[in-house]
Amino acid sequence: MVYQVKKDSGFAIIHLVGDIDLSCSPEARKAILDSLGAGQPTLVDLSGVTYIDSSGVANLVEGYQTAKKKSLEFGLLGVSEAAFSVLELARLDKVFPIHGSLKERLAKNG
Amino acid sequence: MSAKNALLALRFAADPRRLRRVRERVQVLAEHLGCTRSQVSDLVIAVNEACMNIIQHAYRGDKSGQIMLEIRRDGAELEVLLTDFAPPVDHRAIRPRPLHELRPGGLGTYFIQASVDDCVYGHLADRVGNYVRMTKKIN
Repeated sequence: MVYQVKKDSGFAIIHLVGDIDLSCSPEARKAILDSLGAGQPTLVDLSGVTYIDSSGVANLVEGYQTAKKKSLEFGLLGVSEAAFSVLELARLDKVFPIHGSLKERLAKNG
Repeated sequence: MSAKNALLALRFAADPRRLRRVRERVQVLAEHLGCTRSQVSDLVIAVNEACMNIIQHAYRGDKSGQIMLEIRRDGAELEVLLTDFAPPVDHRAIRPRPLHELRPGGLGTYFIQASVDDCVYGHLADRVGNYVRMTKKIN
């Protein structure tokens, strides 16, 4: 897995790429929690994710709950088919706010 | 179960960095056997999550531990056996969390149950260790 964090339109966008498994999920968790800890609305881009296991999904749940406690926005962008099927399996596809892209998310501001 | 007639037999360290290669091997075998895309995905998920359980709960992060994976075919059924040599695990504690409880963790066992037809945990009879035997109908 590689990841990149960038800021755009008031959001921290964490772009995760590759397989998110136990070997790298602690790194992904840190990136998500650091971003929320800094008080930034955070979107996790999963468009380049080729596999995600339960430890990776747990990171997203923890991010979602942390954001909620801090009243910060948290959502997912461009979820790949591989990642979506796992979120669906965990019945989390209806829990996380999922946007096709940042543009799509910004359009929701009206 | 001896490794003799296994379609796939791997022995590897209980190191999370080994999981990617294991997933690739399972995927290649399942595709070679003519499994559907969904069956391939299910098998990869089940093996990966069961290995994670061994790494985290049996060996508790000790990467020097060894894991054995064997896959056999019996007609339309695939049997996946994972063996470790860690101290006996209390398998009664292995339970999936209810999905309506939104919290990190506890999903791995649910993923396994959702991905295979049957899953049995046990302790090795002849030495210290544990096994998980999963079966899945294919085609």
